[in-house]
Order: sequence, then structure tokens, then C-alpha cells
Amino acid sequence: MNTGGIWETLGFYLSYPFVQYALIVGVLVALSASLLGVVLVLRRLSYIGDGLAHVAFGAMAIATVLNFSNNMLLVLPITILFSILLLHGGRRVKIQGDAAIAMMSVGALAIGYILFNLFPPKGGNVSGDVCTTLFGSTSILTLSQEEVWLSIGLGFVVVVLFVLFYNRVFALTFDGEFAAATGMRTGLYNAAVAVVIATVISLAMNLVGSLLISALLVFPALSAMRVYKSFRSVVICAAVFGVTAALVGIVASILAGTPVGATIVAADIAGFLLFSLLGALKGKK
Amino acid sequence: MALLTCENVSVGYEGKPVAEAITFAVNPKDYLCIVGENGSGKTTLMRTILGLLPPLSGKMTLEEGVRHHIGYLPQQSPVQRDFPASVREVVLSGCLSRGRGPFFTRAQKALADKNIARLNITKIANHCYRELSGGQQQRVLLARALCAADKMLLLDEPAAGLDPQITQEMYDLIGDLNQSGLTIIMITHDVGAAIRNASHILHVSRTPLYFGESEGYAQSPLGSAFLKEANP
Ligand SMILES: Nc1ncnc2c1ncn2[C@@H]1O[C@H](COP(=O)(O)OP(=O)(O)O)[C@@H](O)[C@H]1O
Ligand SMILES: [Mg+2]
Repeated sequence: MNTGGIWETLGFYLSYPFVQYALIVGVLVALSASLLGVVLVLRRLSYIGDGLAHVAFGAMAIATVLNFSNNMLLVLPITILFSILLLHGGRRVKIQGDAAIAMMSVGALAIGYILFNLFPPKGGNVSGDVCTTLFGSTSILTLSQEEVWLSIGLGFVVVVLFVLFYNRVFALTFDGEFAAATGMRTGLYNAAVAVVIATVISLAMNLVGSLLISALLVFPALSAMRVYKSFRSVVICAAVFGVTAALVGIVASILAGTPVGATIVAADIAGFLLFSLLGALKGKK
Repeated sequence: MALLTCENVSVGYEGKPVAEAITFAVNPKDYLCIVGENGSGKTTLMRTILGLLPPLSGKMTLEEGVRHHIGYLPQQSPVQRDFPASVREVVLSGCLSRGRGPFFTRAQKALADKNIARLNITKIANHCYRELSGGQQQRVLLARALCAADKMLLLDEPAAGLDPQITQEMYDLIGDLNQSGLTIIMITHDVGAAIRNASHILHVSRTPLYFGESEGYAQSPLGSAFLKEANP
């Protein structure tokens, strides 16, 4: 294939509305996931993101079995509920909070898989549906108009909230005790963070599927932290990194015919290696 | 009217008391030092004063509206090893209780810069917090606390791990702050420094053994014994 051919193919695909939707949703989801990912990584809560993604899988299975027209309407509240339980209860459950999360996360996977098998969706095939929910294979290209608008709306709200509460997010993440001691209502903010994280994860189900969500959360933050050393620059860099990887991944998957989610994650990995190299070079200077 | 009063307060975790029957009062412009053995519950008491822990029993009253005028320098902990934050970002975060809007106002930024200058860290204001020495980090956290404190400053072992000269500078600075009208509550291991600097001493054990003026403490059998033990 010569280069002219690639651009022609790309232009051809881009003229389709479903590809345009995929790009818009992909960018917004990646943007909000990278922003929240910085908070999760710095608070050592990445594993909670992973656990929640599996809960979202179980919820998706229930929604599919119950034949919801828009699965998000069930996935979102269930994921939010578990997110609040985990992020709030996590500190109180003294023994083995991480083991409890591991238990819940495989539990949700297993139950979801059983549900898909017991009540196969009409006209679908079980392994195809499971694969789509786990890896997001092609689902982003088949979003309904309603799902697109819901994703755009929620993604937009997440980004605006993050910008408005940026200073408080920093204070809470850097030293929650100090923030609480000086009068910040940290309980309320922690609950808000839990809700927003659950929202981002539910949105990301469509883009990359439940097994790959963690990648959208942690790769941008970890890559940015390799190179930058202030909070603001890490946040900005993570946002740019996440969006770029999503765009590159979506376009590459269209051209190469690979699964969207996995291709985005591959772009994330490539970016991480690049930033690690940059960080090492910068450190040497 | 006292800024803070504790009547027969017990503090501890999950219903298990660490220190009991604590009674004392802090008036505006007081300089109270809390002393006692390791693990006697000094930090627990300070966290209770700050509202981070509920008192297990007894009555603790903080004067109305003071909560938003308190600064806090936590005990050093090895947290946040890889946290990306510049010195200025950390100090600015102390100004949050000074405003309600989403972004920092010019006044808040000026307050941060003033405290950065006061602690002599202007040159490193754009440096990465985690790459500083222990003494420098302590100064940054004190600048942050000062941004939040315009009535009361609580310090948990501010001199721990600092070399003698920096320690002396730290105590001088805290003394100056007290002179300029700030109420101080400080936890310290250094009983000698506590008696030299503070107006009041609270000696915490399972139960408090002494509360009163600093001079009386040095003369008391308990105080002189603890003093001898600390500075043989
Ligand atoms: N988060 C916690 N949960 C339960 N017990 C704690 C906690 N933090 C400290 N303790 C216990 O409370 C006691 C008092 O600790 P602390 O107030 O830190 O002592 P000090 O500051 O006087 O050295 C210690 O025995 C300690 O083990
Ligand atoms: Mg202590």
C-alpha cells in the first residue's frame, strides 16, 4: 500500500458517521480516563479501577440478559454503587481490603459469564458477546445514536468537573489529612471521586471492553510521570497522551482491521516505552 | 474565651483509648507544647483536635469558626515517594481554605508567595517537592501550614530528623510566629526546647501527668526527671 492509498482509505472511512462517532467518543473517554487515572495511580488505587471494570462486566451481562435497550442505564448505577462501597469501605475493612476486591472482581466475571451462557441474547452468539464485553472488539463502531450522546454528555461533564475541582483534587490526592484538617469536606469529595471513576469506567466499557479499561487509566499517568515532575504538567501530559493514543489506536485499527480496544492499548504501550526512554535521557542530563 | 478546651477527653482508635482523662485549655496567643513518651498518644490527641478522629469520650470544643483558620504540619511520614508536585503547588494547596471559588485568586497566590519568601524557599519554588532534602521538605510543609493558619498552628514534631542548626532555626521561626499573634500547639521530643520556648506544657501518658505553665513543669519532679532523661 502506498501512502496515498492509506489517506484515501482513511478519508473513505472517515466519511461514515459511525466512524466519526467512534472518534468523538473515543477521544472523550480517553481524555476523562487519563485525568482520573492520574488520581487513581497517585492514590495507589489502580487495582480498584480494575475491580470496578469487572463489576461493570457483570452488570453488562445482566443488562444484556434483561434486554435493556441501553445497557448503560444499568451498568452505570451498579458500577457507581460498588465504587462507593469500595472506595469508602476500603479503609474500614481492615483485613485484606485488596483480597476482598480480588474476590469481588473474579466473582463478577464468573457470574457474568454464567449469565451470558444461561440466557444467550436473541440472535447473538455467546462467545461473540462475551468477547465484545471483555475486549470491546467492535462495539464502539456499532454505538447507537443514544449511546453516543450519553457518552459525549457524561465524558464532557467529567472533564468539566475535573477542571473546576482541579485544586481540590490536588489537595485531596497529595495529602487528604491536611485537606480535612483545614476544613475541606473530604468525605464528600471522596464520594464524588468514586462516582466519577465509576462513570468513566462504564463509558470505557464501550471503547475497550472491561479487561482493557485499566490501560486507559494507568498508561497515560505512568507515562507522564516518567518525564514530568509537577502535578499540573503530569495532568496535561497524561491528557494529551491518552487522547493521542486513542486516536492513533482507532485509526490504526480501521486501517489494519485489528480490534479497536486492543489496538488502543498497543498504542498506549508504545507511548509508555517512548516516555520511559525520554525520562531516562532527561534523568541523565 | 479559650480557643480550644478539652474536658476529660479520651482519644484513641476504634473505641480503644490510647490516652485518657485529658483536660486542658488553649487561649489565644498561647504556645503549648505536648510532650511524652513515644506511643503515648500525642499524635492521636492532635488528630482529634483537628477533627480527623472523634474523641472517644469527654468534651472537646473549638471556638466557633476556627476550623477554617488552622494550619497543620503533620508528622513526617514516608508517603508520596513518587508524587509529582512542585514546591509552589504544595504551598498553594494550603490556601484552599482561604477561598471558595474553583481557581486560586490573586490574593491566595500572593499569600503563598509571601509564605514561600518567609521560609526562604523562593529559589526552589519550582523544584520538585520529592527531590528536596528533609529539612527543605519540612519548610515547604510549614509554608503550606502557614497559608492555612491565621489563628492557630498545630505542629507534630517539626524538628524530627533535622540537624541541630536547622532545628534551632525552626524553633526561632515558630517563636516569631507566636510573637506575631499565632496560637501554637506543638508536639516535641525535646523537653528542653519545650520549656525554653513554650508558655504551657501538656505531658501526655496513658493519662496526662502535667498541664500548666512551662516554668512550673521544669521544677516539678516529673519535669526535672524527664528533662534529665532527655538531656543527660
Ligand atoms: N491508625 C491507627 N490505628 C490504630 N492504632 C494506632 C493508629 N495510629 C497509632 N496507633 C496507636 O496509638 C498509639 C499512640 O500513637 P501516637 O499517637 O502516634 O503516639 P505518639 O505520637 O505519642 O508517639 C500507639 O500505640 C499506636 O500504635
Ligand atoms: Mg507522634
